Amino acid sequence: MNQTQRLDATFAALADPTRRAILARLAAGEASVMELAEPFAISQPAISKHLQVLERAGLISRGRDAQRRPRRLEARPLADIAGWLEDYRKFWEGSFERLDELLDEMKASEKKQKRKKK
Amino acid sequence: MKNTGTLTVTTPTEREIVLTRVFHAPRRMVFDAFTKPELLKRWFGPRGWKLVVCEIDLRVGGTFRFVLRGPDGRDMGMRGVYREITPPERSVHMESFDDYPGESQVTTVLVEQGGRTTMTATVLYPSREVRDIVISTGMEHGAAESYDKLAELLESTDSRLPAKEAAGS
Repeated sequence: MNQTQRLDATFAALADPTRRAILARLAAGEASVMELAEPFAISQPAISKHLQVLERAGLISRGRDAQRRPRRLEARPLADIAGWLEDYRKFWEGSFERLDELLDEMKASEKKQKRKKK
Repeated sequence: MKNTGTLTVTTPTEREIVLTRVFHAPRRMVFDAFTKPELLKRWFGPRGWKLVVCEIDLRVGGTFRFVLRGPDGRDMGMRGVYREITPPERSVHMESFDDYPGESQVTTVLVEQGGRTTMTATVLYPSREVRDIVISTGMEHGAAESYDKLAELLESTDSRLPAKEAAGS
């Protein structure tokens, strides 16, 4: 997957509230599918489907314990998203501050020109 | 007074983000600053970045192409096409970034009152999902809150690693 496809997959995976809740749970430590299904009023197969989506997006991986196959959180894709948002915010904040300065300059030069005309 | 320079973000519908900001200048100036390459080059882009390519064909159906160069030499490209242009009060364009998913529609409206211009930019995302991520990660709250949440999430992933030697012990 290239960067765009990765971001797409991450965005899509994070768009579901159940999947976000699963990630929040995994942030506290790895957990088995059974443990993950517990707090939700949905079936284990349904949880498994959510886990598949998260796994494909690289947001979770499976632990080494072959019996329990615990899932664990992978932070990297989240960091990519954070980077995307940070870029977006910086973009507009920085831009608008500069635009303020430019507009002040434009106003000042216009005043000067008007005075010259008079 | 300081509030006039604050960027406000709201979410009127499920696929939209609205950015609002006041500028202390008449709207024809603001409109020019948004549409003339020589002016855009003076402000567009995050601090430390330079608009190295700025091509604008300002007419309905006309395209634009921007390339921003970062302090580390990294380029960020974006492009789009104009759908509506009504100087100096309104424009609609489609916009996409080379490196990020999705194309969004941006409607910019400028309202002037008492020498000040209120800019309202409505960004319509391709899907609710994309917008929700942007929102849920907290742009609405100046991004800080969301990053805190995300940072917490990221930090707590470390907690499953063997406990570090407690600091200072």
